[in-house]
Amino acid sequence: MTELERQQWDVVVVGAGGAGLRAAIEAREAGARTAVICKSLFGKAHTVMAEGGIAASMGNVNSHDNWQVHFRDTMRGGKFLNQWRMAELHAQEAPDRVWELETWGALFDRTKDGKISQRNFGGHEYPRLAHVGDRTGLELIRTLQQKIVSLQQEDEREVGDPEARLKVFQECTVTRVLKDGDRVSGAFCYERESGRFFVLEAPAVVLATGGIGKSFKVTSNSWEYTGDGHALALLAGAPLLNMEFVQFHPTGMVWPPSVKGILVTESVRGDGGVLRNSEGKRFMFDYVPDVFKEKYAETEEEGDRWYEDPDNNRRPPELLPRDEVARAINAEVKAGRGSPHGGVFLDVSTRMPAEVIKRRLPSMYHQFKELADVDITAEAMEVGPTCHYVMGGIAVESDTAATIGVPGLYAAGEVAGGMHGSNRLGGNSLSDLLVFGRRAGLHAAEYAAGLAGARPAVDEEQIDAAAAEALRPFSAEGPEPDAPPENPYTLHQELQQTMNDLVGIIRRESEMAQALKKLADLRVRARRAGVEGHRQFNPGWHLALDLRNMLLVSECIARSALERTESRGGHTREDCPAMEREWRRINLLCRLTDRAMSFGPVEPGAPAADPVRGQIDLARKTTEPIRHDLLSLFEKEELVKYLAEEELYE
Amino acid sequence: MATGTEPHTDTGVRGATRAAIATRTLRTDRWWLAPAATAGGLLAFIVYSTWRAFSNSDYYAAPYVSPFYSPCLAENCVPMKGGPNWEIFGSWWGLSPALLILIFPLGFRLTCYYYRKAYYRGFWASPPACAVAEPHAKYTGETRFPLILQNMHRYFFYAALPVAGILTYDTVLAFRDENYAWGHMGLGTLVFLVNIVLIWAYTLSCHSCRHIIGGRLRHFSKHPVRYRLWGFVGKLNERHMLLAWTSLISVALADFYVYLLASGAFADPRFF
Amino acid sequence: MSTYDARFRVWRGDQDGGDLEDFTVEVHDGEVVLDIIHRLQATQAGDLAVRWNCKAGKCGSCSAEINGRPRLMCMTRMSVFDRAETITVTPLRAFPVVRDLVTDVSFNYAKAREVPSFVPPPGVAAGEYRMQQIDVDRSQEFRKCIECFLCQDTCHVVRDHEENKTAFAGPRFLMRVAELDMHPLDAAAESGLDRRRTAQEEHGLGYCNITKCCTEVCPEGIHITDNALIPLKERAVDRKYDPLVWLGSRIRRRDERTT
Repeated sequence: MTELERQQWDVVVVGAGGAGLRAAIEAREAGARTAVICKSLFGKAHTVMAEGGIAASMGNVNSHDNWQVHFRDTMRGGKFLNQWRMAELHAQEAPDRVWELETWGALFDRTKDGKISQRNFGGHEYPRLAHVGDRTGLELIRTLQQKIVSLQQEDEREVGDPEARLKVFQECTVTRVLKDGDRVSGAFCYERESGRFFVLEAPAVVLATGGIGKSFKVTSNSWEYTGDGHALALLAGAPLLNMEFVQFHPTGMVWPPSVKGILVTESVRGDGGVLRNSEGKRFMFDYVPDVFKEKYAETEEEGDRWYEDPDNNRRPPELLPRDEVARAINAEVKAGRGSPHGGVFLDVSTRMPAEVIKRRLPSMYHQFKELADVDITAEAMEVGPTCHYVMGGIAVESDTAATIGVPGLYAAGEVAGGMHGSNRLGGNSLSDLLVFGRRAGLHAAEYAAGLAGARPAVDEEQIDAAAAEALRPFSAEGPEPDAPPENPYTLHQELQQTMNDLVGIIRRESEMAQALKKLADLRVRARRAGVEGHRQFNPGWHLALDLRNMLLVSECIARSALERTESRGGHTREDCPAMEREWRRINLLCRLTDRAMSFGPVEPGAPAADPVRGQIDLARKTTEPIRHDLLSLFEKEELVKYLAEEELYE
Repeated sequence: MATGTEPHTDTGVRGATRAAIATRTLRTDRWWLAPAATAGGLLAFIVYSTWRAFSNSDYYAAPYVSPFYSPCLAENCVPMKGGPNWEIFGSWWGLSPALLILIFPLGFRLTCYYYRKAYYRGFWASPPACAVAEPHAKYTGETRFPLILQNMHRYFFYAALPVAGILTYDTVLAFRDENYAWGHMGLGTLVFLVNIVLIWAYTLSCHSCRHIIGGRLRHFSKHPVRYRLWGFVGKLNERHMLLAWTSLISVALADFYVYLLASGAFADPRFF
Repeated sequence: MSTYDARFRVWRGDQDGGDLEDFTVEVHDGEVVLDIIHRLQATQAGDLAVRWNCKAGKCGSCSAEINGRPRLMCMTRMSVFDRAETITVTPLRAFPVVRDLVTDVSFNYAKAREVPSFVPPPGVAAGEYRMQQIDVDRSQEFRKCIECFLCQDTCHVVRDHEENKTAFAGPRFLMRVAELDMHPLDAAAESGLDRRRTAQEEHGLGYCNITKCCTEVCPEGIHITDNALIPLKERAVDRKYDPLVWLGSRIRRRDERTT
């Protein structure tokens, strides 16, 4: 039996980004003793990178806005693949979640009459994004962080211990969700600083670990985005949904190489920035797809007028949903009309006075000045697509954020799937975190309270197995008795290259098949990933453990992408370029194959996984029809573009 | 001085829990240059101004009065026609009349937020430069006597206002010739003009001034005029250091110019 | 694209001791110090401990001291150094070291917890908050803080005097007090909490001798000293040392400063 520290909590939240912190606040306020566990320091989560804003139809800038319009935009952006009930809840509850932040001290930019200012963004019909300059994510994290501190101060006053009812375990990693039968019983964790193992016993676990971007080479995501929550859910028996949909943000930095992928906020375009190719042409006018034809300007003049007079003009096509813009940039570069470093030009310098640029886009000004030595008030930026967000994720129930088939396991934020369909609109991510973070926290707390005394027990064998699994990199052996073990950094780089090249923005059947082979090979080698040194803050070891998660998630993406023979949103098949109405109703669910389900490490010398079958089983599931009152928010002419005949007349 | 004694070995950056690094700083630039230059500049001014303040001579050359001696508040002052002679202090004052008035600008500058930084760094090495360990075993900052008196800065600011007003008056008087006829200008007038502009700019760029003008308000939107003034003072305040130095130099130069005229070493070139 | 070999000295060790270790490592065009540290990890020192996260100057994780100066490693371009120069990277020297470039920054989290939170105005419902942009500008500047703790690291009050850590909140958290005191709707005063008084009495504002190192290191360019600390000192003077203000508020029975 492994000797380690155990603590009892009601709810354990894995991840301290927007969703995790919002869940923790809600769970604690619902009376649950709540632990938050995160890989970074408290307040450093990837949410800080979100720049543009929080989408919420408060109607402060354009009073025509309401939740129905927001819902429509979200469904259109997601090409109607969204879990519609989530999109509905999201649109309805987002304003309350934003206003609530103000009562916790958030300071958004203001309108003239003192309300929260809202800005335009791709795919949103009205100015809708509550923002703070271009550092909205930071404001969100800081506000939630400070709310947690205030709850802790309350506890200190009342019971003398600030961490009595809400504690943050920072720089700790969860490697396994522990189960008692079907039900969640806790989480197996290690402290990054010391390498010490510990177990948090809890009947409810909320996964809020964010995304998977670190499986790709060019990404805007931080090192934390290794798909931990996705893998934890898979390993605990919960399925993932529609993992083929990966959003490539159209505008990431392309130069210098060390910052390649870092995000250039969409606000640059929302505030007037335009995309040009090497011939100086605003090429986006050539890439407006049929489904959006009526909504976007046909001439530069009309597009330019829209910034001043949005009621009588149509928006410029630079503000199309992200998938469209990313594909267009990709096509321009392929056609040889790219910029010197393989991107296109994003220009604000000729569109706004330098002063305005510095005021409205301060961090972008800063970022280019410091990292690329480019003055965006004087010259154009070079930008190209970067892996940004995964629309797919853990399958959840819309109302409760509960995962499917694992009582006590919840998921919220980027790690959860469904809400954004096949493509997420900018600004919908932060609101998603708040709306479903809160719901997950609430329902996890209720679930935990409902168990009363009958809590699931922690299984000692699972703890032993998890400990052995976590320690394996220290005793890894090479393929031959004397050969050195694999370097986890090398494996990681190869994985990123594979996913980037073979399952990237434009996909082909043969390449994805090749990717699956390569992944199988990497899986075998990852078992031999070894590290030097000891357990104290050892990044090599941490990476070796994260590889398991990245490989699982990458396989889900590749397998689902191979299966879905159409192009939709964040999934573009060169060999199947059309969006098929038949596919709209199909969700792809990934589950762990039974063989790989077996808890614990694979014995040394065990046969390599079957490269064809791999670790993931894929299943198709037909979605529930969209509720009639929601369908009636759309014009019939629009619906026929997305929905199959029979859905229209149901 | 800045590069003096080494810091104590058992506290601060060499404490037991900190990363074991022997040197007090790993900075590779000439970090000692700034505090050394500051200390040098301040020392030079102190020496010069002490000499001039105690000399009690050569401070008036019609129509110019040295800013060190204005207003001149004792009976032993040189008579200055139309000038700032106010015999508030009677004949009992036997020392240099400069000492009576200089305490106000001295106190203003001594408690000034910029000069505090300058001399804490330059003279007291607390710290000598950023990320360079200081040589003191104990540090209590401005929490106790005497440094807690730095909080009186705003009173010196209030006091500095009339002084600046009088220097303005002196500058107006400088538009006379040596026979007190109005409408003339010489090189001295220009020196005085530059000096008074810098004195005002320095005085108004004061952090206490910025606070009093508007910084203390919670809702700027309810006080639009004060908000605009606050913005103006804020702009000046960004250059507080620059103004502190230039006005220090200009006031010394103005005095020195008067000294040259009064001692006969130089004749004021007249423009008209 | 040009490549060269740079000489690096990186502090390695833990609480029990350690030393600067020499490395020669490849550098490519456009790289930052953090890239080089990562290259060391991947090629020469797999267990080199370093904290980092966003690699874009937005999260404030990769704080370290480069050639003796507190910096974010991700925002320090290699091109600012001479190619012949040896670049020294150490952990933050004001905090207890954990391992290699990682320090224990719990001091900052403890201090964060000592600053009373925003007090919502009673009777104003969520959604009813009205604030003018010019009234939130000041606090917004302070909320740009990414909590890299470089200001806390460089501040000699605690860097050079461990014993002051109990009494002194450090620039970051004094700035937090200023932020809340300037928040147009904070109702601390109504709830009996005087942030100006506590800034000096409980958070150690008097320790600050405004030598501005915090402002110098701030990667967000926040004017910590001029816009937060000095105004806070002036506000403390209002409360504690200004009889005119005291008298004025008595006579007018209305606190001008909170309007």
